[in-house]
Amino acid sequence: MMSGAQRPTANAAKNAAAALFAFLAAAVLAGTAAAGATAEARFPKPQFESRYVMPRAGAPPARAAMLEYLDVAVLVASLGAAGWLVLRARRRGGVTLLTVFSVLYFGFWRKGCVCPVGAIQNAALALFDGGYRAPVVVGLFFLLPLGATLLFGRAFCAAVCPLGAAQDLVLFRPVKLPAWTAGLLGMLPSVYLGFGVYLAAMGADFVICRFDPFVGFFRMSATPSMLAFGGALLLAGVFVGRPYCRFLCPYGVLLGWMSRFAWRHARITPDDCVNCRLCEEACPFDSILAPTPEHHPESRRAGVRRLAILLAALPALVAGGAWLAASLHAPLSRLHPTVRTAERVLSEDRGAARGTTLYSDAFRQSGQPARELFASALALRARFRKGAWFLGGFIGAVFGARLVGLSVRRRRTEYVIDRASCVSCARCFEYCPRERERVKKTRNGG
Amino acid sequence: MNGKTDRLENRREFFRRLGRWIGLGALGLLGWPLLGRRRAAPADTVWQLDPEKCIQCGNCATKCVLALSAVKCVHAYDVCGYCNLCGGYHQPYVKRLDTAAENQLCPTSALVRTFIEEPYYQYDVIEERCIGCGVCVKGCGSFGNGSLHLQVRHDRCVNCNDCAIARQCPAQAFRRVPADRPYLMRGERWKAGSRKA
Ligand code: SF4
Ligand code: SF4
Ligand code: SF4
Ligand code: SF4
Repeated sequence: MMSGAQRPTANAAKNAAAALFAFLAAAVLAGTAAAGATAEARFPKPQFESRYVMPRAGAPPARAAMLEYLDVAVLVASLGAAGWLVLRARRRGGVTLLTVFSVLYFGFWRKGCVCPVGAIQNAALALFDGGYRAPVVVGLFFLLPLGATLLFGRAFCAAVCPLGAAQDLVLFRPVKLPAWTAGLLGMLPSVYLGFGVYLAAMGADFVICRFDPFVGFFRMSATPSMLAFGGALLLAGVFVGRPYCRFLCPYGVLLGWMSRFAWRHARITPDDCVNCRLCEEACPFDSILAPTPEHHPESRRAGVRRLAILLAALPALVAGGAWLAASLHAPLSRLHPTVRTAERVLSEDRGAARGTTLYSDAFRQSGQPARELFASALALRARFRKGAWFLGGFIGAVFGARLVGLSVRRRRTEYVIDRASCVSCARCFEYCPRERERVKKTRNGG
Repeated sequence: MNGKTDRLENRREFFRRLGRWIGLGALGLLGWPLLGRRRAAPADTVWQLDPEKCIQCGNCATKCVLALSAVKCVHAYDVCGYCNLCGGYHQPYVKRLDTAAENQLCPTSALVRTFIEEPYYQYDVIEERCIGCGVCVKGCGSFGNGSLHLQVRHDRCVNCNDCAIARQCPAQAFRRVPADRPYLMRGERWKAGSRKA
């Protein structure tokens, strides 16, 4: 390889003179050609006299499609196993084992990518941008866990999602957060979902991927700030159960919607609740609902009136949110690189900004007329405005629905699981005396 | 269990069933643009950069999520002039055309040259050393044939759902390409990207 290092120097000097001439000529030519790296044959193809065989650049293939489908198969199998473990076997030990497997497979082996959480954005882009087609595998990763949740609750969260699994495995000393803190933080995921879908649909950014706190650990390579963020979440996760799942994860919102209507769902007790209250504090994620008191402190009429007022306020909240977001569409649109570049180029042209940036330089080198850039930036801004109406309306609706939800009275006579937030981890089962009886019986029977 | 609780349970069950059908419908509606509506749909896509758009800004070396970037310099031998004075290999205005480190452009000495025959030299990239900075690519593009160019190497790339370099590429040179045609290489053999790897 390095034989060039030992070539005769006299030769080199002669060649240098010839080459230097060519070099200068090329430099002049280069001045006229676009400074970019357009492949032009400035130097003719060499005419080799020796029997030289030209090598060719290697092209290591991308991961084979078959392996991608294998991932899908593993996903399906894990979803099935999780559902079976939670609903049929009711074994926390098995769930933990599957959790470890998922951290290893979907986390460290598959490097945490692609995951259903991030796939939300591919789905959004595919839905709103006709030019983009999401890969089949990504589409399946997005849809399958949602479908599985419709069948048997958030078993995906319990033991398949690598993000959830990583947090679940560090939960050693669960403490309870004050209800208002958990309640307020619990609104964040919907807001995050709204923004994530909005920015993806606008083609601006995949923020959910960008701020994935654990993918850096799985890849064993992350920026210092993301490492700190992920580390802080894991540290907090030792005490606060699954902080990312409960207070950030946008996919959890979708799963929560599905889980409410699940065909089968995890139950604390294998048969009938005896109201022993033993499971009251069992859930580290505040997903166990106590029975409602026989007599509500508030009179029924007052409650109904409050509910009516809130329901009437709901449209106002939606409209207000939509208006607010739409009036913020200009700064929001700056999250799109094209809009940013256009603004920069414009202010440079007007002499408002000094110097150039990498982006404005790149644009000028591309030879595209500025008019076109400005036109596409304006079109994008209009899109951002239209989308912002929906984003704001959605966030308003989320807040409104939350308020309404707090005021709706539901009668409960026993301890039940809140289906939307329960991640089917199976921790609470063993608190139930009926469950312990069942286990004893099956042990003796088997 | 009294009648009241039963009625409550029945009502809840009814709403659940209703919700389940709505949820199923929603998944179907989402599934159509995701999985239906397509002819030759890629099973998967990977990221690749278009060398015709790349301006060698240096982001490829620093923005990849991997500590050592997955983007490397690739040599299209059939475009190369096999020059003695190489715009990609040598510092501009070098006096002596030898392999001394101070005469080389590449900060990591990832380019090596080999004498073939008078007056031709072959240039190879040692990928393990290349950091994807594009300095040589710029030199080759400005003064040579543009045979050196950058490409995402798929034995290294972890195929992020959202490529961190793509997001910050000022030339918007990155795009998703079908995983079975994962390169946008220069040179005759790669024209139209029609070759499988
Ligand atoms: S299975 Fe029980 S402990 Fe686990 S999240 Fe659901 S309610 Fe909480
Ligand atoms: S970021 Fe874009 S312009 Fe910069 S070196 Fe990489 S491909 Fe080229
Ligand atoms: S100059 Fe930069 S891109 Fe070229 S071979 Fe060296 S490290 Fe790679
Ligand atoms: S997809 Fe990820 S690993 Fe591949 S080049 Fe982009 S940032 Fe690097």
